[in-house]
Amino acid sequence: MIEIISRSTQSRLTSIGIPVASAGVALLLAAIPLIAAGAPVLSAYGQMFLGVFGSVFTFTEMLTRATPLIFTGLAAAVAFRAKLWNIGGEGQLYLGALAAVWIGTGMIDGPPALMIPLVLLAGAMAGGLGMVGPAVLKTRFGADEVVTSLLLNFIILIFVQMMLEGPFKDPMGLGWPQSEPIIDAAILPQLMERMRLHAGFLLALGTALIASVIMTLTVWGFRVRAVGENAAAARHAGIRVNRTYLAVAFASGGLAGLAGVSEVAGLKGYLTADLSPGFGYTGIVVAMLAGLSPTGVVIAALFVASVFVGADSMSRAMGVSSFLADLIVSMSLICVLLGGFFSRFHVRIKARAVS
Amino acid sequence: MIDILNIFLSDSFWAASLRIATPLIFGVLGALLCERSGVLNLGIEGIFVVGAMTGWMTVWLGAPLWVGVLGAAFAGGLFGLLHGILTVPLGLSQHVSGLGITLFASSVASFTYRTALPQVTSPPRIEPFRALDIPVLSDLPFLGPVLFQQTALTWLALAMVALVWWVMERTSIGVALKAVGDNPEAVNAQGLSVIRLRMGAVIAGSALMALGGGFLTMSAFDAFFFGMVNGRGWICIALVIFASWQPGKALLGALLFGMFDALQVRLQAEAGAFIPGQVFLMVPYVLSIIALVVVARRADYPRALLVPWFKGQR
Repeated sequence: MIEIISRSTQSRLTSIGIPVASAGVALLLAAIPLIAAGAPVLSAYGQMFLGVFGSVFTFTEMLTRATPLIFTGLAAAVAFRAKLWNIGGEGQLYLGALAAVWIGTGMIDGPPALMIPLVLLAGAMAGGLGMVGPAVLKTRFGADEVVTSLLLNFIILIFVQMMLEGPFKDPMGLGWPQSEPIIDAAILPQLMERMRLHAGFLLALGTALIASVIMTLTVWGFRVRAVGENAAAARHAGIRVNRTYLAVAFASGGLAGLAGVSEVAGLKGYLTADLSPGFGYTGIVVAMLAGLSPTGVVIAALFVASVFVGADSMSRAMGVSSFLADLIVSMSLICVLLGGFFSRFHVRIKARAVS
Repeated sequence: MIDILNIFLSDSFWAASLRIATPLIFGVLGALLCERSGVLNLGIEGIFVVGAMTGWMTVWLGAPLWVGVLGAAFAGGLFGLLHGILTVPLGLSQHVSGLGITLFASSVASFTYRTALPQVTSPPRIEPFRALDIPVLSDLPFLGPVLFQQTALTWLALAMVALVWWVMERTSIGVALKAVGDNPEAVNAQGLSVIRLRMGAVIAGSALMALGGGFLTMSAFDAFFFGMVNGRGWICIALVIFASWQPGKALLGALLFGMFDALQVRLQAEAGAFIPGQVFLMVPYVLSIIALVVVARRADYPRALLVPWFKGQR
């Protein structure tokens, strides 16, 4: 019979090894859909690799793609640490982007040096408030935040479409539902000549560092982890659990909001309703691959971005659907979940005892 | 006011309500089965997509419609099996596994669709289920259009409500199923397998969810589009709480929801000149949140929901 025995300790090795192995297994499993699609497997992998590491341009494209994923990954990692299930990253991203174009298209005529901080602040506030809503419904009414934050994604996206066809519509946009362009002073600068990589990437790295310090070294970070591990015990120990939920919600939503600001002020320059191809949802995978560690989020985001950029390039070259990237990313989530099981338990198979 | 009254008096309004409710009836029943056994299945949104794609593709490849229905249920059951393995014997996080299933299932469906049809500008159509034409009944005034001119899948959904109710209230499996979601240790003490009961419930529930997706491509529409599920699965997760995990109330919740949705479409036609159309599009999602908030405090969650169970370990 099969016996499952709990491991007493988790080694540092498994906490890094399992996500790496999961990513590897997911990449290998991608051979199955590649074969099914009739593509030459090895050259497809080669094309994916070259699509990321083939040139400086492709590499910076990968870093550009990783930027919003670091923010949404951090958003999920911070919230999940407190076992606050923020699945609304996608909506909060759009709220951040909407606030960024609201402030950044000339609503405020501030000194140019202040425009970027203002836009970032507005985006973070908007995203943060977007998650405070579900958190209040949870703490005041006991409504499950999984469902409310998920449903808010749809409401917010429709709201953004409404704004883009109404008050936010660019009169010079030839009728397309898009916002006016962000003024130059509020644009996040490019980091390299002729590359799309922008200062949002450095901002994401800095934010991850700050999040890491806050989560591991401060009392606040300790409270968040205590609430996540056992809310009842935390309450007993005098931690104000509901207040912690609200603060975590605001922080998490704010991080997702920054993803929206960075995309709109760093990459696109104006807002459309197709700004994000699901960065909010992918952020959940990033956070899980990272084991909810803020520094791990950076590495996981680089991996996931590589998969997307590499698969896009492979798709253009070989005609295999770029949904392959979504397949790899979702499989790596399932693998890392499975890996978590093996890090916590030994599985022993022994002969059935005769009774 | 007269306009609203006219809407409520029209048979087309009630027919539309039932039609809109149909995929939700499948979905809520599926979520209900899973959760009653103690397993939250957030894979529902992706399983809807898989059901929609599989059902459509089976028929597009030349099989009869009912084979498409079976294919959808089978595909849903497979993803239910995966979610079951991850959450029941392995006891992994039901939240994360469910979200993983949703992402995985929708990418499998999208990849398969794109691989089979690399370059199509308009989605290929199939001949979907047609409205029933029952002698006498379909010609009745009011009741005819509302009940007897629906497609067979709507009747299948209604039959499933009765079936799930009957299994849960009148069979020993149903009693065990409800017990396993409340107190798995007691079920184990009676010599029943907690693992098998939960696995069975998750697989059957997922198959039902996939039928909700199948209804979209084989009855409501006649083709598969990306994004066609559009949160219907998540709405079911809210509705099952609203329905306090009771099949009868699940039907009621889905019907109420269908009514509001049918109403907003009609109000949009009336008031579209003054109010942006998007306001109406938000209504279903806002209503789901309100429904959830209203019942949240009173909700009588299955006590072992989200709690993994391991043999010999309490």
